[in-house]
Amino acid sequence: MSIITMREALRQAMDEEMARDKNVILMGEEVAQYNGAYKVSQGLYDKYGEKRVIDTPITENGFAGVGIGAAMAGLRPIVEFMTFNFALQAFDQIVNNAAKMRYMSGGQFKVPIVFRGPNGPAEFLSSQHSQATQTFFAHVPGLKVVAPGTPYDAKGLLKAAIRDDNPVIFLESELMYSWEGEVPEEEYIIDIGKADVKKEGSDITIISYSKPLRYVMESAEILEKEGINVEVVDLRSIRPLDEETILNSVKKTNRCVIVDESWPFVSVASHVGWLISYKAFDYLDAPVELVTSEDVPMPYNHKLELAAQPSVDKIIKAVKKVMYI
Amino acid sequence: MAEKLYMIALSPTMEKGTIIKWNKKENDSFTEGDVLCEVETDKTTMDYEATDEGTILKILVPEGGKAAVGEPIAIFGEPGEDISDLLEDTIKEEPTNESVVVKEEINDNSLKDATASKTLENGNLDRIKISPLARKIALMKNIDISKIKGTGPGGRIIKRDVENYEPVQSVKDIKKDYTPIQVETSDEDVVIPLSDKRRIIGERLSQSKYTAPHFYLTVSVDMSNLLENRKMLKKKYNLSLNAFIIKIVANTLKKHRRINATLNNDSIIEFGRVDIALAVAQEDGLITPIVRNADKKGILQIDDELKILIDKAKNNKLDPEEYTNATFTISNLGSFGIDEFTAIINPPGSAILAVGMIKETPVVENGEIVIKPIIKMTLSSDHRVIDGALAAAFMKDLKDTFENPILAIL
Repeated sequence: MSIITMREALRQAMDEEMARDKNVILMGEEVAQYNGAYKVSQGLYDKYGEKRVIDTPITENGFAGVGIGAAMAGLRPIVEFMTFNFALQAFDQIVNNAAKMRYMSGGQFKVPIVFRGPNGPAEFLSSQHSQATQTFFAHVPGLKVVAPGTPYDAKGLLKAAIRDDNPVIFLESELMYSWEGEVPEEEYIIDIGKADVKKEGSDITIISYSKPLRYVMESAEILEKEGINVEVVDLRSIRPLDEETILNSVKKTNRCVIVDESWPFVSVASHVGWLISYKAFDYLDAPVELVTSEDVPMPYNHKLELAAQPSVDKIIKAVKKVMYI
Repeated sequence: MAEKLYMIALSPTMEKGTIIKWNKKENDSFTEGDVLCEVETDKTTMDYEATDEGTILKILVPEGGKAAVGEPIAIFGEPGEDISDLLEDTIKEEPTNESVVVKEEINDNSLKDATASKTLENGNLDRIKISPLARKIALMKNIDISKIKGTGPGGRIIKRDVENYEPVQSVKDIKKDYTPIQVETSDEDVVIPLSDKRRIIGERLSQSKYTAPHFYLTVSVDMSNLLENRKMLKKKYNLSLNAFIIKIVANTLKKHRRINATLNNDSIIEFGRVDIALAVAQEDGLITPIVRNADKKGILQIDDELKILIDKAKNNKLDPEEYTNATFTISNLGSFGIDEFTAIINPPGSAILAVGMIKETPVVENGEIVIKPIIKMTLSSDHRVIDGALAAAFMKDLKDTFENPILAIL
């Protein structure tokens, strides 16, 4: 198995799907001639040409709408947002058209579109460009929302998302593009809606997804040395949510911390916390704890920027609180 | 369509019942008239008969569990029916403090343990801080959570506290080399939760003793003639002394209507019927089966009825109408060797006769000491209904009749 970056894994997924199905197209700002703002689409323009790899103007609301129209007309567009902060410009298209068209047309239209790009805080981007937007999209019925945490998951899930007949919000992270991981040469698909137990453990469940997964794994390693055996559940897919894997893990460990880099209020984390209290109440030995970003706009100052986000230190503190240590 | 099976009132005063035994298990089918379970009410154990037919799909109240009248105790219907909606319902229905409705999924046996209900009954537990998991484990292990020390935040009882909990070791458990003195009985305190019956007895008798101003009259009765008569009959009939006592008391009551009466708000009811209850000791309290219209029955019939009633009483099988609403009660502790005692009035009656043992007693008769079989009878009367002189007149008449049984047929 080769070790590649997440950037490369995503590129491979798009490349393989474009080769497999001529209806798959890629569009977005700088995806073609510049090979992508973060070089995720490197080489695709040369390989598939300007009719299938399309540079768009800085008009998120416009090109998201064009992509939705193209999907309704039979193509399978991948729409790259340079960052999901800019997708807020296209929020009306995504929420009111992409998410609802299949429902409102009584199933006459399918909308096989993928909106993908970096999500969540990176560094030195200040509050307008450092938002974890998953909760906005996960709120809307009709959208699937996935957020892989490894190159392996990223490739398998992106291929599943491209083949899906419904709009899929595919959340990446700028800082994750250079993360490396094992990815097999042969083709594979990861079904949307399946969580993954990234590490088995018996004392406490930490649930996370996307970028914070790395901090969770680091925390688990440190806690292991202190004798706390952590189980790590990677949601991978936020909507649909794999309730079974979540509940089975909590029923086993009786304790849970949820790590989510979005804001705490009415968030993915708070929903999962409620779910556990509702469906695994009799299995809990302690209240479920959340580790989220602070409930503030992202500061520009780097120390404050880091302090506002989940960290290994915060995760370990939360685990010890839930373990009553 | 699956339906809920509700606890019904099996006696007039029943508010809730304890399921002693399920005669039908889950997945057993039943038809109309089948006994589904046995229910301990405030006074006795009753059969719960099916009024419908079907299959028991889910038992909600396990053996030993309690349910108030109107609360669901089981779900029945066709085999294999989906009853998840009904189970959801039962979760929504607020259980009373005493009843435990098992709220687990069908295939989860963890809470089915009949002992589960006991822990919850032991008092007001909702002020004890305990994690849901720890509560569940305590229920499964039948540990009284009020005895566990919590080590979680604010003293919350958590899983490790329940798992590490060990009941206080008793002296008996200490293993030492010396030979202990052989004592059969345990030195430990034995805590026995009040049964419904015990509680009702307590409530009723306290109420009687607190509200009815009791006064007591005792007479010594010479039983020579009666015993002679009984002995004479014995060749043909083996009649209990109680049958004679009931008969004579019934006849005497008929002449003294105020003794056979009750206080009803601002009036006194002198009963037309003479229904005499006889206190019968059971292991877990006493019960008072009734010989109805004893004044209109002969001693033979009274004796026959008594045999059946006492047998049923001792087996907890009395129907409510067989022990409620007596107009007068007799308590006989003669067989225990009691000389004389005072009894507490059994409402709605206004008087109770306490009968001691027949004892060979020296009596002065015509200036000479003779030995006579003497019995002491004490009447407790409610002074609100019965005045001293009335009670005394009744006792005099009663004494005369016992001493000259022929008066009973005059």
